[in-house]
Amino acid sequence: MSMVYDSEYPVPMPPIIWDNMGFWEGIKRHELVFQRCKECGTWLHPPRPVCPKCRSLEKEWARSTGKGTVYSWVTYLESAHPSFKAPYSVVLVEMEEGVRLVSNMVDISPQEISIGMPVEVVFDDIAEGLTLPKFRKAG
Amino acid sequence: MNSMENRAAIVGIGVTDFSKDSQRTELYMTCQCIKEALDDAGLTPEDVDGLVKQTDDATDEHAVTSSMGMGNLTYFGECRWGAAPSAMIMRAAMGVAAGVANYIVVYRAVNGSSKRRMVASMRASGQMSTSDLLQWTFHAPFGHMSNAGRVAMIVRRYMHEFGVNSDQFGWVPIACREHGARNPNGMFYEKPLNFEDYLKSKMVVEPLRRLDYYEEADAAAALVVTTRERAKDLRQRPVYVLSAAQDMLAETEELTSYYRPSISSLLEIGKVGNKIFAMAGVAPKDINCVQLDDSYGPLVPMQLEELGFCKPGEGTDFCKGGDRITLGGELPLNTSGGSLGEGHIHGMNHLIEAVRQIRGTSTAQVKDAELVLVASGAGGPASGLILGGKS
Repeated sequence: MSMVYDSEYPVPMPPIIWDNMGFWEGIKRHELVFQRCKECGTWLHPPRPVCPKCRSLEKEWARSTGKGTVYSWVTYLESAHPSFKAPYSVVLVEMEEGVRLVSNMVDISPQEISIGMPVEVVFDDIAEGLTLPKFRKAG
Repeated sequence: MNSMENRAAIVGIGVTDFSKDSQRTELYMTCQCIKEALDDAGLTPEDVDGLVKQTDDATDEHAVTSSMGMGNLTYFGECRWGAAPSAMIMRAAMGVAAGVANYIVVYRAVNGSSKRRMVASMRASGQMSTSDLLQWTFHAPFGHMSNAGRVAMIVRRYMHEFGVNSDQFGWVPIACREHGARNPNGMFYEKPLNFEDYLKSKMVVEPLRRLDYYEEADAAAALVVTTRERAKDLRQRPVYVLSAAQDMLAETEELTSYYRPSISSLLEIGKVGNKIFAMAGVAPKDINCVQLDDSYGPLVPMQLEELGFCKPGEGTDFCKGGDRITLGGELPLNTSGGSLGEGHIHGMNHLIEAVRQIRGTSTAQVKDAELVLVASGAGGPASGLILGGKS
């Protein structure tokens, strides 16, 4: 089971601003990228103008392995927005790089999700101009 | 000496009725409860020279001064988020301690039930702060859009790390409703809750049930703060602000602090607790009752842990059966009902109730209550204070 959308209601578009643009450009190319500090190598997510560890302004968009584990998850039994049909689950994935990302799972029922489950990224082209990084259970 | 240490007192309180539809504007309710708070203190609007409001409040300071005939405002300021209530008292206490104003009114009015929620309407209209944008960008496209859902993510991790079953969160709403059932001004007067009711409550965002989060309300509250010295000349027994503190960390987000090493503890509340206990010179065992942030019941055990009333992971055991946290127990919780059992006005009623306990006028009065702790803003930027009957 994956997220089911109601075609009558557009999915809320992610507000894209200068600080997070690189992330969404990567997703459009089907690449999961995170900010990485050029000075100290710290991986950053959500993206920020300054590295909170070394305060450098120099950062790059670096490719993630796309692999991680479920750190926590919830199941919406009442939808929070008409474009998403309940029930649906939202996961917090801890990536191999150490950063965490809010997302959805594909091809799995909410009952099968568990903390610590290994997952890998997939790209879901859900609407014209909107691709989302989602996760499936890894082998 | 910390400048916040026992310099100010709360000398007047006013609160409206709690309802699903006030049929009044927030400005009307604000004026109504400010008038009541000033009468309570034995002051007039001419005496007021400071106002502190919650940032998102619909009622601007100038609307209040014009309506109330306050002619001489020398201090006005704002506090944000769920952390606002205790922080507003702190801001007012700082104002009178520094001498920039003598009588400061803290107010908050919400038509949270009858009117579309402020945050939702701000987002719909595209008026978002940078931090809101960060949250929204990475959460909204995945349907992670309700505050209950945001909190549920933290609660699930807590359950996993400490082996807690979600049924065990029931004792918090049950305790709040037991107290709320005694409060004729709240929304659950004579409507207590039992464990079976809790188990039957529908899951909204698993692992959170409907009864795990606040009851939307229309209501307003106001408090008057002045110096410890001036307080002695006024109508009521002064309630002293023995200590107050705020806290925010590098990875604090409002309800979504998901990106730090551990998300299963409320670090900001813990830091606030350390500061307010040290500043007041008291320990958790000295506190007679607590008014904690029960916007989300499952965050209450985590607050009890962070504040040192029990050890990490033992919060749900502390609440189990309700004996410790209800009237007659060692630490009665949210004795007016709080957000779960009186009505949700973003924590302002918790301040009012803390004052009532020390005055001895609560509908769930703790015998000889002399020290009351209030925490505001669980799951985000936080604040808290300790009120006392003796300076």
